[in-house]
Amino acid sequence: MPNYSVTVNGAQHDLDVDESMPLLWALRDILGLVGTKYGCGIAMCGACTVHVDGSPVRSCVVRVADVVGKSVRTIEGLADGKRLHPLQQAWINLDVAQCGYCQAGQIMSAAALLRENPNPTDADIDAAMEGNYCRCGTYNRIRQAIHAAAGEATALFYDAAADGEDIA
Amino acid sequence: MTSIDQIKAAVAAQPHLGRRSFLKLSGIAGGGVVLAAVAPNVVGAQSAASADPDRASEVALNAFIQISTDGTITIYSANPEMGQGIKTALPMIIAEEMGARWDDVRVLQAPVDGESFGRQGAGGSTTIPRTWNHMRELGASAREMLIGAGALVMEVSAEELKAADSLIAHESGRAMSFAQLATLAAKQDVPDPETLTFKARDEYTILGTSISGVDNLVIATGEALFGIDTRVPDMLYGAYQKCPTLGGRVISANLDEIKALPGIVDAFIVKGNDNPRELLDGVAIVGTNTHAVFSAKQKLQVQWDESDASRDSWNLIVAHARDLAGTRGKDLVIDKGNVDAEFANPDNTTVEGFYEYPFVSHLCLEPMNCTAHFKKGKDGAKDALELWLPTQFPGSGVRVGNEMFGIDEDRVTVHQMRLGGSFGRRTSSEYICEAVTMSKRVNAPVKLTWTRTDSIHHDFFRVGGFQSVKAAVDPAGKLVAFEDHFIGMQVDGRPVSGSRFAPTEFPMQNIDNAYASKTMFGIATPCGPWRAPGSNTTAFVTQSFLNEVAHAAGRDYVEFLLEILGEPRWFEEGNIRSLNTGRAADVIKLAAEQAGWGRPMPQGSGLGLAFHFCHAAHVAEVAHVSVDADKHLTVHKVTVAVDVGPIINMSGATSQVEGSVIDGLSTMVGQKITMENGRINQSNLHDYPVLRIPDAPQVDIHFIQSDYAPTGLGEPALPPLAPAVGNAIFAATGHRLRKMPLSDEGYSI
Repeated sequence: MPNYSVTVNGAQHDLDVDESMPLLWALRDILGLVGTKYGCGIAMCGACTVHVDGSPVRSCVVRVADVVGKSVRTIEGLADGKRLHPLQQAWINLDVAQCGYCQAGQIMSAAALLRENPNPTDADIDAAMEGNYCRCGTYNRIRQAIHAAAGEATALFYDAAADGEDIA
Repeated sequence: MTSIDQIKAAVAAQPHLGRRSFLKLSGIAGGGVVLAAVAPNVVGAQSAASADPDRASEVALNAFIQISTDGTITIYSANPEMGQGIKTALPMIIAEEMGARWDDVRVLQAPVDGESFGRQGAGGSTTIPRTWNHMRELGASAREMLIGAGALVMEVSAEELKAADSLIAHESGRAMSFAQLATLAAKQDVPDPETLTFKARDEYTILGTSISGVDNLVIATGEALFGIDTRVPDMLYGAYQKCPTLGGRVISANLDEIKALPGIVDAFIVKGNDNPRELLDGVAIVGTNTHAVFSAKQKLQVQWDESDASRDSWNLIVAHARDLAGTRGKDLVIDKGNVDAEFANPDNTTVEGFYEYPFVSHLCLEPMNCTAHFKKGKDGAKDALELWLPTQFPGSGVRVGNEMFGIDEDRVTVHQMRLGGSFGRRTSSEYICEAVTMSKRVNAPVKLTWTRTDSIHHDFFRVGGFQSVKAAVDPAGKLVAFEDHFIGMQVDGRPVSGSRFAPTEFPMQNIDNAYASKTMFGIATPCGPWRAPGSNTTAFVTQSFLNEVAHAAGRDYVEFLLEILGEPRWFEEGNIRSLNTGRAADVIKLAAEQAGWGRPMPQGSGLGLAFHFCHAAHVAEVAHVSVDADKHLTVHKVTVAVDVGPIINMSGATSQVEGSVIDGLSTMVGQKITMENGRINQSNLHDYPVLRIPDAPQVDIHFIQSDYAPTGLGEPALPPLAPAVGNAIFAATGHRLRKMPLSDEGYSI
């Protein structure tokens, strides 16, 4: 089997996986990072959202082979050590989750949005978050939590640009 | 604020919790559980947790409550958490009565142990009403034991002590912490439940406030929590292919080819017992990761014997049902007064309608899964089974292990896992049986995961159906007769969940002349409970149709409904599951008032109101909707008035209402499961549309916190949504919505 070198949450991993292996299953089954969730397998629910070089992608349709030499960031790597990302804190403060299954993907999509746009409007949130389905219907609290976290020190965010530079 | 480390430690500690037999609990009539006398000197000493040096300082006051010398109060939440908030709500009740400070509380999911924790299921919005008194007793009992200890140490009378903020305080101002008193408290006699008193509502400091869910940090940081997150040593991964034509049996499959694929450990044919709730025929594939088994499943070629399989066709069902419009069914539900005389009276106005609603899927975002470890007994020892199981009824794992696989009940261990949504879905046992079958075959733990397509094709669907309705109003515009022909579905001669129609359906109890009958179609498609079974479709029919009737009579719908409800009265005094017309009228009036009912609306916009009573909850909703020339719909706002008695967790209660409104809208807009020749036509989100964030309406929620006993809120806010939106569409456009989903009527959102 091919061997792929991938950086996940700042740590390099050599993955011996089938060339068709989606990143999702490598994260969950090989690396044990189960925060990234399987929902639909066709990039329509967003539960598997991770960042690749700082951009949100659906890890169920991106192969491990596609992210060689890139930096992958998952929900487990979003906090700065013990300091939660402002979105994680807002999610807790506003009690966003119901079942909670989609929320890692929601937070990762929202984190990518805030990095590009620290003070998004409702329309910006709609555009960035439309691909993340919530079966429990927590959308209004997701919107409130993004607004609550918006504008807060983005320095707390992991440095997505540096993520990419680490590899280079 | 709880730190990540604290939470992680709590989660890490969970698997080590053993069966805690040190506190005896006994059942009482009605399924409740009360504290029984315990031998005080063994309390704590037998605790499995005490074997852990880090937690040796913990003392148990009863099966649900432990106090640590560091001040942490551990409360076990016994029932499954699926997003309804019970894991937070039940410990809140205990903490309130105990006098604990919520910041001192950590909550752990209880092990599955009916002896200690009572009935551990969750469903039908019953967990709160069923456990309300028991949770209060547990908290009050611990409080009295702490006060008893405080009285001894401080050498004062117990009557002079109060529990609050995790302290036992004397009226003089002296106080000792729960932690200081715990060891002695555990040696106090467990109070007789009959002697316990509970706080009055105005004394609450925790109940009725907003408490963030106890798993929120774990969720927000992506720690393992759900069933599908299970990882145990030497675990393999499984997939299971059943016949796409429901009930087909396996003849043969290309097993050799599948077994040669990368990452595949085994592939084999499973002969089932033809019971979709237990084990249907299929092909099991076991491998080293989920991708390997999902990929192999796509290459699987199975020859199926479909001779006894389902032949169900939605189109045929619809055609047969429409032939019954305007008729009566042969099974009588109720015949009260004389509807025929009212329909024949030329002074009355008679209205008729035929309503349709489809099958829908649960679409829990966490696909069906179960991790099973069948442990073959060695050297004459008996077999054992360990399950990591997301289910509404964790006891089902024990029963399945025993009845299907012959394992002694006390050799089955079930780990309750958080459910990534359920809505009634995770109440069957087939996914348990499939996982155990695989584990037994490969002699290793196996995590079975269904694909999204498996989860849709092999759902236990919300049943579709039809109702032919007719009503008469007198010259004053008063409802004088109501008739319903309910066309439902049955499997093997038994009505499926949600295909029931009771004589108590609104408004038949409230008027003098009512007639209802049923026709049941035999089907093979498996159906099961889906959030507010029966109510989620019948409320659509009755509340839309009564709105039609009010309009035909030239009546305002709120006035019309209030007139039907009549004087405040309770149909079965003391039974919160019977309609209370006073509570009903109050929520209707409140929702109307808060939504600005009666105000002039611009062209293309309208307000629609609906009321429904179910799950002991009175709920009214007003939808504010606009419809453009292309039948594009905007639901601006839904105003909700709810009376479920006192609110336990305001944040959780609000979440359940918001979620029910959005779930109801998502379902009514475009969701429809159809089947042709026994095969389900939909397979994933590309052909089963869901509501997304841009289309989520504002939800404005008002609770009437009446003094009736509290009840659950997971379901009852859903049923009024569809008729409220349908009535608003009528107000906006003059088009009457008699069919779900809206997309079948040309609407989009």
